[in-house]
Amino acid sequence: MKKNNTRRSFLKNVSIASLSAVALTGCSLKELDQFFQKNFRTLSKKEVDQIIKDLKVEYKEKYGKEFHVSTKPATEGILFGYALDLSRCIGCRRCVYACVNENNQSRDPQIHWIEVLQMEKEKGIDFAHSDAYYNPVKVPEKGHFYVPVQCQQCKNPPCTKVCPVKATWTEPDGIVVVDYNWCIGCRYCMAACPYGARHFNWGDPEVPAEEINTEVHYLGNRPRMKGVVEKCTFCIQRVRDGRYPACVEICPVGARKFGNLLDPESEVRYILENKRVLVLKQELNTQPKFYYFFGV
Amino acid sequence: MKNENHIRIKIPLQYITLILVLVWGWGCNNKEKAYNQRLIKNKVSEETNKPEEYAVEAPPFSEGIYPCNDCHSEIVPNPDKRELVDMHDDISAMFNHDRKNRWCLDCHDMNNRDSLRLASGKLIAFEESYKLCGQCHGEKLRDWKVGVHGKRTGEWNGKKEYLLCVHCHNPHAPKFKELTPEPPPIRQEKIQQPLLN
Repeated sequence: MKKNNTRRSFLKNVSIASLSAVALTGCSLKELDQFFQKNFRTLSKKEVDQIIKDLKVEYKEKYGKEFHVSTKPATEGILFGYALDLSRCIGCRRCVYACVNENNQSRDPQIHWIEVLQMEKEKGIDFAHSDAYYNPVKVPEKGHFYVPVQCQQCKNPPCTKVCPVKATWTEPDGIVVVDYNWCIGCRYCMAACPYGARHFNWGDPEVPAEEINTEVHYLGNRPRMKGVVEKCTFCIQRVRDGRYPACVEICPVGARKFGNLLDPESEVRYILENKRVLVLKQELNTQPKFYYFFGV
Repeated sequence: MKNENHIRIKIPLQYITLILVLVWGWGCNNKEKAYNQRLIKNKVSEETNKPEEYAVEAPPFSEGIYPCNDCHSEIVPNPDKRELVDMHDDISAMFNHDRKNRWCLDCHDMNNRDSLRLASGKLIAFEESYKLCGQCHGEKLRDWKVGVHGKRTGEWNGKKEYLLCVHCHNPHAPKFKELTPEPPPIRQEKIQQPLLN
């Protein structure tokens, strides 16, 4: 008996026990790898390449399609900004669904990154009396105006400050992103965000294979998993390739404007310099890069 | 003596832990800094000269209506403002663009119906209709030229596609039409089902 209680046998037993525990959970080695994957910002180029390769295989298995998973970094001299013309928006919600399709949001349970709030002209911008569930036959409705709200990409974001694991941060071009693999799902960021712009995957996100967008960015619209937080990234997969975000391109009234805040010739800069501009909840000092304006 | 020894060992241990934590934190911070420096070099944009003219394909005409001169070359033009009854009565009926003061020949040229006519008498093609609109709606034209009024698609930093005024506004009844909204989001309290499996 005494003989068996050596360090050697102890180590042997422990390793057998842990191996069998791993085997019992039914985890594949890939899943283990994923579990122990480091924060995206600390990964080396080689590690990133391997992860992307594995992701492509995983997505191919799940959706039967070839994905293009980008990890394109920011470009220097670019700070993205957005402007939305409150005098034009008619509340048709085309942007909401263009965003869902572009960014692979879960259809069931439903997640929308854009919420269009209907407000009364008499009350002005008043969140307490706004209605996100309006559903008349035709919009705009008399006496109302519409305020679409999505991530405001704050310069001083409360959401990234509260993250206990640094799974969300501001990219050098101003986009606030989430590392879904590093997110622990504590939802502190959702509590901190004053705009309700962050959304949690309470269930396994469900996107029909025929509707999935295969042009994805690692920090943006790649398929998410249950238990992580997601949000608008200005369509990082599109804008880092020079294209307009999906919501800008769909808007039938042309109320949505996008561009580089550091470029004096850009549309957003023209708006900031020539139009009447406001940001939501200015008193909170979040300093959004999402500006509302009156183009009239 | 024993007690003193004990204390002496304990204090350095605390310092060592503190230093280790600091070093670890500094290392993490450095990694983040390094991450933020992984940037793509910015190419200076070659397109510094902005185009003065905006050639955009005009939206299609109603079928079989263009060229106008197919019919109009054989009709003697009548310059009197009136309600049209035979041909173009549909447009006459829906016309809502300062109806009181304006009519067809304020924009369409009397002698060449395939052209539009500015107030100055200058003839312009249908592709340049924005110039015609801009005679009255000057500030809209100004905003449209810089991409603030109306819609642009394509690249925010490069090639853009424009829409003409008449892509969104019917020139004969320019008020933007009401739209049917897409369905509202599902109310939070109605999202429940198989979440907790």
